[in-house]
Amino acid sequence: MDFSLTEEQQMLADSVERFLQKNYSFELRREMVASRQAMSQEVWEGLAGLGMLGVPFAEEHGGFSGGGVETMLVMEALGRHLVVEPYLATVILAGGAIDLGGAAWQQKILLPKIVDGSLLLAFAHFEPESRYELEHVATRAKADGNNWVLEGRKSLVLGGSVAEKLIVSARTSGEPGDAQGVTLFIVECDDENLGGQEYPLFDGTRALDVQLNGVRVGPDSVIGTLDGAMPLIERVAQRATAALCAEAVGVMSVIHEATLEYLKTRQQFGVPIARFQVLQHRAVDMFIQLEQARSMAVLAAGRVDSEDAYERRRAVIAAKEFIGRAGRFVGQQAIQLHGGMGMTDELAVGHYFKRLSAIDILFGDAAHQRAQFAALKQGEQTAEFARPRKAWKKI
Amino acid sequence: MDLAFTPEETAFRQEVRSFLEEKLPGEVKRKVLEHRRIRKDDVHRWHKALFEKGWIVPGWPVEHGGTGWNAVQRHIFEEECALAGAPRLSPFGLSMIGPVLIAFGSDEQKSRYLPGILSADVWWCQGYSEPGSGSDLASLKTRAERRGDVYIVNGQKTWTTHAHWADMIFCLVRTSSSGKKQEGISMLLIDMKSPGVEVRPIITIEGEHEVNEVWFQDVEVPADNLVGEEGRGWSIAKFLLSHERTGIAGVGHSKRELRFLKHVAAQERAGGRPLIEDPLFRDRIAQVEIDLMALEMTVLRVAAAEREGKAPGPEASILKIKGTDIQQALTELQMEAVGPSALPHLPMAWGDNWIGATPGPEYSTPGPEYSTPLAARYFNYRKVSIYGGTNEIQRNIIAQRVLGL
Repeated sequence: MDFSLTEEQQMLADSVERFLQKNYSFELRREMVASRQAMSQEVWEGLAGLGMLGVPFAEEHGGFSGGGVETMLVMEALGRHLVVEPYLATVILAGGAIDLGGAAWQQKILLPKIVDGSLLLAFAHFEPESRYELEHVATRAKADGNNWVLEGRKSLVLGGSVAEKLIVSARTSGEPGDAQGVTLFIVECDDENLGGQEYPLFDGTRALDVQLNGVRVGPDSVIGTLDGAMPLIERVAQRATAALCAEAVGVMSVIHEATLEYLKTRQQFGVPIARFQVLQHRAVDMFIQLEQARSMAVLAAGRVDSEDAYERRRAVIAAKEFIGRAGRFVGQQAIQLHGGMGMTDELAVGHYFKRLSAIDILFGDAAHQRAQFAALKQGEQTAEFARPRKAWKKI
Repeated sequence: MDLAFTPEETAFRQEVRSFLEEKLPGEVKRKVLEHRRIRKDDVHRWHKALFEKGWIVPGWPVEHGGTGWNAVQRHIFEEECALAGAPRLSPFGLSMIGPVLIAFGSDEQKSRYLPGILSADVWWCQGYSEPGSGSDLASLKTRAERRGDVYIVNGQKTWTTHAHWADMIFCLVRTSSSGKKQEGISMLLIDMKSPGVEVRPIITIEGEHEVNEVWFQDVEVPADNLVGEEGRGWSIAKFLLSHERTGIAGVGHSKRELRFLKHVAAQERAGGRPLIEDPLFRDRIAQVEIDLMALEMTVLRVAAAEREGKAPGPEASILKIKGTDIQQALTELQMEAVGPSALPHLPMAWGDNWIGATPGPEYSTPGPEYSTPLAARYFNYRKVSIYGGTNEIQRNIIAQRVLGL
């Protein structure tokens, strides 16, 4: 049992924090959001220059060979600065699918491009009917010779509007809700049979809904095994969930700090309002939730790559549940303690609160996680997924 | 960062487990696991077993009998003991006055009192709270006047846990009423058999006798029984706040009670199915279990920092607040789980000789055996957010010393 960071990890955390402090002002973010931009190219290139886009990937692909802890450190910093850039979408979700389930040749082509910032990807999994249920995939992929033809709808594709390619889950057999029969495909966003609409989320990030109207892809576009993508999708979702937990800790730490500052400076009845015990205790309760949330983000980071599927699930689900709940409390109280000022669009605190609220919903809110947690069964293992070899054309 | 326990830590856990299997008396274990009344003799038997093994004071310096374990090992030890159903040891000698004497006591006091604490031949209790001094402890009024070689003590202490078991009491007393109120406080060791000491039971809401009033009327206490210097009692009391704080979270204890809650919820039926399958009830079990996971991780973070030599600061108040929140939530859910079976009040059923048959006329339905003590525990556990510095006082500590408010 050891909670200390290695020197390398500490350097990673310091370097991303320094970069964002220098290059990611709240004003820059505000302008980007107001002008309906999903990201800043300069920021993305800056993150690439620091090696941040390769944190989870192997060194042979130009990555950092990091695990859950390294991802946690980066995500926490992104949370502190309320970064809207599609790090989760490209690096953790789509990159994670390729990293965990892609064939060696796919990794060799795609991962270095993610790492150097030249390739943006998005993970198109959820659908209008799926709510939080990962297995609810209704989009169909029908075989047509060696090719596949995709029909269906995908919603809330994070970072989708700036992506060059989507990783789309589709049913190659079975019915929505079945654990078997789902396959992942790489789809080019400029495909003429792909329609879509882009829109903002309440936290200022942007998402895409797409309609697949007979999108045709080749056999090389399959990631992972045919019909067997669900365990891979679960792993990817777990990585994303752990990453979101860390991001939430970053977000919470900033608004807690801002709230303390406000309590010490805001004067009412002739004294700083920090003198009032009821407000002190509220600030303490926020602090407790923040520290406990940090413990849970560490737990998720430490277990997200565990070989034991039960331990992995239990840790990630519990962390997301706790952080959903803690995030609501810390966010709501931050607004409350800022009084009317907390309600204004001008102050950053409201924007942080909105990000916490979005994180709660993404990949399942606290109530959903509690239900998942209660349904966990000890010793339950997920089916293994194998990385396929290249499907050479046969003569 | 590595969340796995090291092979040494895992081996250590196994060693503790084997010891518990061999040496924890089965009868005592059963009482603890079934929430029956624990008598002094039960605690004493377990204390002796640990004493003989050399494990009675893991946190003490090795030269005084400590084991040399680090904070993570101590956490593992406490957790295993709790999970196995070991009774809580009396903390007043082992975790309170013992460490105080090691830090502040004279050589004579150390050689006179420490052996009795280790062997449990001398039982201690704590004289802090008074009727007029609860959270505002420094306002205490019990007076000690120096007359030659003795102090004459007059006053009253209250909420004194297990004063009726104790041979000695360590007391905060007022030796001066001038200057700052904290500076007039001293710590005295008083023999409970001294003329003028009277213990009066206080029966708490669940009907049990744990706490007492302790009255002092012209009690003569040898001046040698002053701990440290006169007027330093307050800083000695504060020293205790930073000593062995990870245990107050009670993680192992709560894990054991969570296990029991699930057992009960699996037995009880509601709406034609086991209660544990009821979505609303399992939602609440899930929430408390997740809260406990978060607390455990925080305890381990504090323990790991302690192992690296960082003394737990006022952040440890988090552990007290959340630990007791969870303990209370568990007693509440356990009581709720048995439904109307929680209603019968059968204190005779919590005692030693109870064999499981329900008393009263045959048509009475007191419910399953495990349900009888649950309401009493629920009522009794309201104390945990009050004792040891109320949870509101803990929040004051964090607000002032951590957040700088």
